[in-house]
Amino acid sequence: MLNILVVLAKRLLFVLPVVWAVVTLVFLLIHIVPGDPVRNSLGENATEQQVAELKHKLGLDLPLASQYVNYWKGVLQGDLGVSLLNPSDKVFEKIFTRYPATIELAIAGLIVAISFAIPLGVTAGRHQGKLLDNIASVVALLGISTPGFVLGPLMILLFAIQLDWLPVSGRYGFEYLILPAVTLGAPLAAILTRMVRSSVIEELNEDYVRTARAKGLSERQVIYKHVLKNGLIPVVTVIGLQFGVLLAGAIITEMIFSWPGLGRLTIDSINSRDYPMVQGCILMIALTYIIANLITDFAYRLLDPRIKVE
Amino acid sequence: MNRLGKIGTLIIVLFFIVAIFAPLIAPHSPTEQKQFAADAPLEDRLKPSASHPFGVDDLGRDVLSRVMFGARISMQVGVTVVLISAFIGMIIGSISGFYGGWVDRFFSGFLFNVFLSFPSILLAIAMVAFLGPSIRNLILALSVIGWVGYARLMRGQVLKVREYDFVTAARALGASDFRIIFRHVLPNAIQPLIVQASLGMAGAVLSEASLSFLGLGVQPPTSSWGVMLNDARSFLRVAPHLLIFPGLAVMLTVMAFNFVGDGLREWLDPKQKRQ
Repeated sequence: MLNILVVLAKRLLFVLPVVWAVVTLVFLLIHIVPGDPVRNSLGENATEQQVAELKHKLGLDLPLASQYVNYWKGVLQGDLGVSLLNPSDKVFEKIFTRYPATIELAIAGLIVAISFAIPLGVTAGRHQGKLLDNIASVVALLGISTPGFVLGPLMILLFAIQLDWLPVSGRYGFEYLILPAVTLGAPLAAILTRMVRSSVIEELNEDYVRTARAKGLSERQVIYKHVLKNGLIPVVTVIGLQFGVLLAGAIITEMIFSWPGLGRLTIDSINSRDYPMVQGCILMIALTYIIANLITDFAYRLLDPRIKVE
Repeated sequence: MNRLGKIGTLIIVLFFIVAIFAPLIAPHSPTEQKQFAADAPLEDRLKPSASHPFGVDDLGRDVLSRVMFGARISMQVGVTVVLISAFIGMIIGSISGFYGGWVDRFFSGFLFNVFLSFPSILLAIAMVAFLGPSIRNLILALSVIGWVGYARLMRGQVLKVREYDFVTAARALGASDFRIIFRHVLPNAIQPLIVQASLGMAGAVLSEASLSFLGLGVQPPTSSWGVMLNDARSFLRVAPHLLIFPGLAVMLTVMAFNFVGDGLREWLDPKQKRQ
């Protein structure tokens, strides 16, 4: 137990500077806007006084250093400022109304990816070089090279418009989740299939597999009880790293399926030049990614006791 | 190179030829709008015909020509982004690996991790969102997210190569750091960089299309595959070809660069051959 706490402390020490840099980068974003962000947002017709008032309200008239200190104070207190469009909207609150939808979508995408990748990868690995392996490779290849903004509309065309099995867009129940989850999960499914395949091939050559077969276990038991236990360890790492890709991919998927999550909020806020809202969304996505990576790191250590504290 | 690598090379050469000579070989101008017969239903107006083999879009523009000009944008953005990010990455990676110590701790222990802690496309979206959408800002953003891959690779190579005897010999002969890096270390590290560049092209083409799809990249009326795919969504029911042709173009390009990257890796390093 103490051991785990030490690891946790060490990882946090390592992560803190990264969190500091991410917050700083996000803070600086509003200062790379060419011209005056407040004027951009209010439009050409705004008077000087309106611009000055809003700037004062947002604290953008303070020296850079004070703005930076204030930004940090806000972040630590869960206050990311207010929307430029509608100053009664608090950025943090707005983000948290959208956050569950994005996490739901990302987890659903992950589940889709894993439930395609493991059977497909195992089949390919067991029949290495045979027809089934080649078919799985082609499917994986198509998955990697088909971007969400092609796959998503294609599936809408097929399953929602032609066959009328699933809804086109929105978020009103389980059936609305299926197409977005598959769109988001497909590229990850492809990557994981390749990994599971090579893991299975590698593990099948190990001595313990021969032992398991010699003691009369069925091939199914050999694969699912022995090979996968070891073979999935590297796959878990990739899943953690790819969770960020899922979060970013969710931005495109949410746009395609009108999914009311953080991604859509980001793009809508970009289009309406609501800079504080965009900053908040980007910060939340980046922090979620950092936390997901931390969790993966722990899962990895729990799965493989051979990895010792460095 | 393996067979897929050769097929990939062929596809890429083809796309580059189309991209370079688009103004000469495209059957129509990508922005020219065809006048429709007023009474024809939308479905009939848009569908492929002899003079428009890929059909026309809702504004009456020839889809084939727009796909061809789209290749121009994709290749232009891809090549520029790969060149800029490889250049920055090589310099930072070599400095980090060659000097070691606190320099290395700053770059590889801190800076690389900061950039890797953003899902890459998110950082690009953030930059373009605040700088404003344009091709120049798109290239800038994609280069800013792209360089880390090259830097990490280069650092690893430099760490390996700098221990070799010929580097010690060059140093003993009085060669400057600059000369050692460029004349001795770099040529030994160039092979994995080429593989990375090929995979980087796939990534850049995909990112350009993604950002343009979101309205954050190439702006209309310039034709880009991402823009075309976004426009196509409103006409899925009546004109699926508006989705299929630019979609195929993106898929083929990304697949081809991945083939070439994997093929090169195997070819340059037979030890890594796929089992």
